[in-house]
Amino acid sequence: MSQAKPRFSPAVVVRGALVPVLMIALWQGLSSSGMINPVVLPSPVAVVERWWAYLLPADPYDPAQSSWILWALSGEMLFDAWSSLYRVVLGFAVGAGLALPLGLAMGGNPRVYALFDPLMQVLRPIPPIAYIPLAILWFGLGNAPAIFLIAIGAFFPVLMNTIAGVRHVDGIYLRAARNLGAGRLTMFVRVILPAATPYILAGARIGIGTAFIVVIVSEMIAVNSGLGFRILEAREFMWSDKIIAGMFTIGLLGLAIDIAMNRLNNHLLRWHRGLEN
Amino acid sequence: MTPMLKTIADSLPTADTAPVQIRVRDVEKTFTVGPQKIVALQGIDLDIRRGEFVCLLGPSGCGKSTLLNAVAGFQPPTKGAVTVDGRTITAPGPDRGMVFQEYALFPWMTVAQNVAFGLEIKKMGKAEIAERVEWLLQKLHLQDFRNRYPKDLSGGMRQRVAIARVLALDSPILLMDEPFGALDALTRRTLQDELLRIWEEVGKTILFVTHSIEESIYLADRIIVMTYRPGTIKRDVRVDMPRPRDGAAPEFNRLKRELSQMVMEEQQRFSQDEIRSVTAD
Repeated sequence: MSQAKPRFSPAVVVRGALVPVLMIALWQGLSSSGMINPVVLPSPVAVVERWWAYLLPADPYDPAQSSWILWALSGEMLFDAWSSLYRVVLGFAVGAGLALPLGLAMGGNPRVYALFDPLMQVLRPIPPIAYIPLAILWFGLGNAPAIFLIAIGAFFPVLMNTIAGVRHVDGIYLRAARNLGAGRLTMFVRVILPAATPYILAGARIGIGTAFIVVIVSEMIAVNSGLGFRILEAREFMWSDKIIAGMFTIGLLGLAIDIAMNRLNNHLLRWHRGLEN
Repeated sequence: MTPMLKTIADSLPTADTAPVQIRVRDVEKTFTVGPQKIVALQGIDLDIRRGEFVCLLGPSGCGKSTLLNAVAGFQPPTKGAVTVDGRTITAPGPDRGMVFQEYALFPWMTVAQNVAFGLEIKKMGKAEIAERVEWLLQKLHLQDFRNRYPKDLSGGMRQRVAIARVLALDSPILLMDEPFGALDALTRRTLQDELLRIWEEVGKTILFVTHSIEESIYLADRIIVMTYRPGTIKRDVRVDMPRPRDGAAPEFNRLKRELSQMVMEEQQRFSQDEIRSVTAD
């Protein structure tokens, strides 16, 4: 396509930073002018300061109490990020873990499909958020309802893509495998499942994105830790700088999850034709 | 190196006296496409002896691939039967290894894994699989590519892997559906020579579909020329020239001219049919 340029040439960096720098300058200008109440819109400097304080440990380092590493990681933000990540991973594992075998069965067997499809079509349009009242009624408060909601958010994208993936396996692979003497089980495990992985992983990526949305919402309602909880808590104290610092952290965690998924994707699909760049 | 595939070529004086291995009897195959009923094959009788190299030749739509698929067991005939060593064919199986024009390699497996796959299905021991895969990779000059994925191979290399994969099965019969059709001329010739070398060494029965007249003369003991719809056997031509065959030899060219005429007659019927179907719309 375009000529090969180094990814981080000065020109590229300047062009990429231009709009964000202008935005921040405008924001700082507005705050400094005193026209806007800092409770409504804190200055970028205040947000960065708050973010840094949120990241750092609350207590001074005391070697008698704990090791240096534990102290460095004892900040409120890292604990919140860890709580949110834990819920996303666990909820996603439950949702995708149920969706994958069901999707394989529905995609591979028309009778199973006919059995489950009507129910899935009815349940699928219900947003995971709509399960919140039921989740609290069933599981009370705490991690359980949050994980239930996240699992629902991850379940349907993985399910739908797994079904599609199994159904779109190129017939030539099935013919070649039958010719080599493959039985039903070998066909499924060694041919259909790997052939469907590009679809399944695309579904997993959508699923973990949904899980990340749901974790923030469910933390605002059902638990008292995590990034979602923290920014809602900050609102009660009118700490708008902490709200924005928290949002920024949510963005960073989302980015980290996306990069990790991308790495996993590239590794699992290293054989795939679309990944030669 | 000790040969790792059963060699039957030694036990056969000539292909003429070998027992019949593939027997096609009164095979008919019809397809319904919308309101139209297409007779792809009609009244096909064909005997192929063990160790013979037979080419099915004809224009598009003459049913040569349909006949191959009937022998492979992918599409059972509407009427009649195909038997291999006396057993009627009802399903595909590893006794009739197939090489497809579109390679059909499993893209998620490396070269070595593709070659080993059929042996793993056979539940062969690990050490034995490794040994045989190694031997086949050497034989097809793939040893430097064993850990590559198919996407990183050229068309010729992919087809070598596909050939190694069916040779691994050590099936008595190889079915090849225009295997070299998508390759450039030089790669094609190289693979034709390698196929002949392997065939002479291991003595498989080969049924080879092609629409290239030259390819069929270069390779085959017998060329079966097929007619366009309904697909029947137009001529069964023996090729007695010694190998390697010289494409410039007068005998080669005489046969080429003769076959070209037969194939062109069918090609014209195919073209007229195409024009008719276009003007009918």
